[in-house]
Amino acid sequence: MASYLLRRVGTSALVLLLASIVVFVGVRALPGDAAVALAGEESDPVAIEQIREKYGLNDPVPVQYFRYLGNSLQGDLGFSTRTGLDVSEIILDRLPVTLELALLSLLVGLLIGIPAGILAALRRGTWIDNTSNAFGLLGLSIPNFWLGLVLILVVSVQAGLLPASGYVPFFESPVANLERMLLPAIVLGTGLSAVLMRQMRSAMLETMSADYVRTARSKGLSERQVVLVHALRNSLVTVVTVLGLQLGALISGAVITEQIFVIPGFGKLIVDGVFTRDYPVIQGVALVTVCGYVLVNLLVDLTYSFLNPRIRVSGGAS
Amino acid sequence: MTTPVTVRAPQPSGDYPLLSVQDLRVRFATEDGPVFAVNGVSFDLRAGEIIALVGESGCGKSVTAMAVPGLLAPTATVTGRVLLAGRDLLELTPKELRAVRGKEISFVFQEPMTSLNPAFTVGKQIREVLQRHEGLSKKAAQARAVELLQLVRIPAPERRVDEYPHQLSGGMRQRVMIAIAVACGPKVLVADEPTTALDVTIQAGVLDILRDLRDELGTAIVLITHDLGVVADLADRVVVMYAGRPVEQAEVHELFAHPQHPYTNGLLGAVPHREQGVELVAGRRLAEIPGLVPALRSDPDECVFAPRCSRRTDVCTSRRPPLEPVRPGHPAACFHPGEAS
Repeated sequence: MASYLLRRVGTSALVLLLASIVVFVGVRALPGDAAVALAGEESDPVAIEQIREKYGLNDPVPVQYFRYLGNSLQGDLGFSTRTGLDVSEIILDRLPVTLELALLSLLVGLLIGIPAGILAALRRGTWIDNTSNAFGLLGLSIPNFWLGLVLILVVSVQAGLLPASGYVPFFESPVANLERMLLPAIVLGTGLSAVLMRQMRSAMLETMSADYVRTARSKGLSERQVVLVHALRNSLVTVVTVLGLQLGALISGAVITEQIFVIPGFGKLIVDGVFTRDYPVIQGVALVTVCGYVLVNLLVDLTYSFLNPRIRVSGGAS
Repeated sequence: MTTPVTVRAPQPSGDYPLLSVQDLRVRFATEDGPVFAVNGVSFDLRAGEIIALVGESGCGKSVTAMAVPGLLAPTATVTGRVLLAGRDLLELTPKELRAVRGKEISFVFQEPMTSLNPAFTVGKQIREVLQRHEGLSKKAAQARAVELLQLVRIPAPERRVDEYPHQLSGGMRQRVMIAIAVACGPKVLVADEPTTALDVTIQAGVLDILRDLRDELGTAIVLITHDLGVVADLADRVVVMYAGRPVEQAEVHELFAHPQHPYTNGLLGAVPHREQGVELVAGRRLAEIPGLVPALRSDPDECVFAPRCSRRTDVCTSRRPPLEPVRPGHPAACFHPGEAS
């Protein structure tokens, strides 16, 4: 177990290093010149040159990269070229907002997707299965921006049930916070729930026909125990994998959703950063996103070893 | 298979059969229409007796076994009577049936590699059935699980009980399955090809355990197999099945000594013997039964074996041969019974 853990952490570190290179190079490959963007299109060349000097943009790219890597490792992500604020601080300020949105969306996705998938599998071929499948397809096909706009129109504007946009920190007013986060969470959670439902359904169909499920039945266990103990545990392996991969979709979805609902989160930060060529901000956000992604996938792998003892316990016959 | 036919005195038993299967029929609804998997199987099993259901793949022997405790898929329609100690299992509600499964009648399946849940320890999988039916505490069930592993001769049971299935060999997994099956002291154990997936050297050990369970605990066993060596080794009585029908039934020594149905004769002829093995070199072949088991799209009023039978006459395709005694206590469903010359 310990060696497995060590190996996984090592791989994660390598992924992070590679990602930092990709992020760094990728940002520099963006069309446009940061110094020009900062100084304004009409500025004189001398001012632009001064800005280049100030931010070290004249140094060779590898030098810039290692400076960036060294600073990042110390938690120093530089200063926004637009606002002059500390990027680490901006990110720490915005991160909780997006984390809350992601967590709520995850909750929506899990609460709908898992039970719907199980039910669809157990009632295969019935109206429950057909309805779940239809909604699953719909959930996958509907673009976030459209669903967001429709929800705002119907729930907020016409019915007046929930505020259409804005953000209130959770600890200031939990109710006001949740009121404003509910719609975005549903928008982001819908696609996720559809993916989870389909995965859960097919995984469940497979495990329910497994020999050990037949064994469980032959023991006289209740159908509940058969499904929730014997089948579910083994079905979750594939679902957890998909969940890890879906995090990427959740982050890119958050970019759009936060724009629509005017939520001051990560997604909005990155969009604003790209528009103003704010290299340090884009780099910082991308790096933190990658870290989050790697961390989640590490967690996924650790969850595997919990769900599947074959990974946890080495040795044995086969 | 050169296992000698051991003739054993019939086991002492009660007056009424412990398990009585009467005119069992199983039909599956499929997209291509109904499949008549089992057509009128009947047999009685006394306490402490081992009965073998024998036949080729697809003859309905496993379906028969699964139908007894109601383990078939919902697409199956089961009719007839399955009396366990006088109670018809086919009449029970699902809940009543669950109280019977694992407690009064239990199963050992063919595939030891996949029949145990990979996510749980061996101990948990044994404890589960004890906690379900005997109401044992977790601690008491764990202690009993260790005893059961000892009973099925797993070495170092205190350590093995906390291991996962993937850490055990196939033979050991099958022993664990047997431990689960006998945990609650069932009256009837249904063993569906219990040794087919195992190495020959391991097979003997598993068969010994089954025999000892019968001798020591008095467990009656329904043994599903296509291996006549296993039958000769273990069974008291044999039901030979073909295409969903029972074609011959007899005590084991009677059947091996005087097979009546041409299909049974064919099965016995397809078993290699040592003296035959020598002659194989000289170019002789094992007797084989030409043709394949038919797809069971219908239950025709004729002998289902007729298309493959060398004794076929017009009568065979005109009506169904009844399963009637052709020797004392030895019924066969054939118009032309007798031992092969």
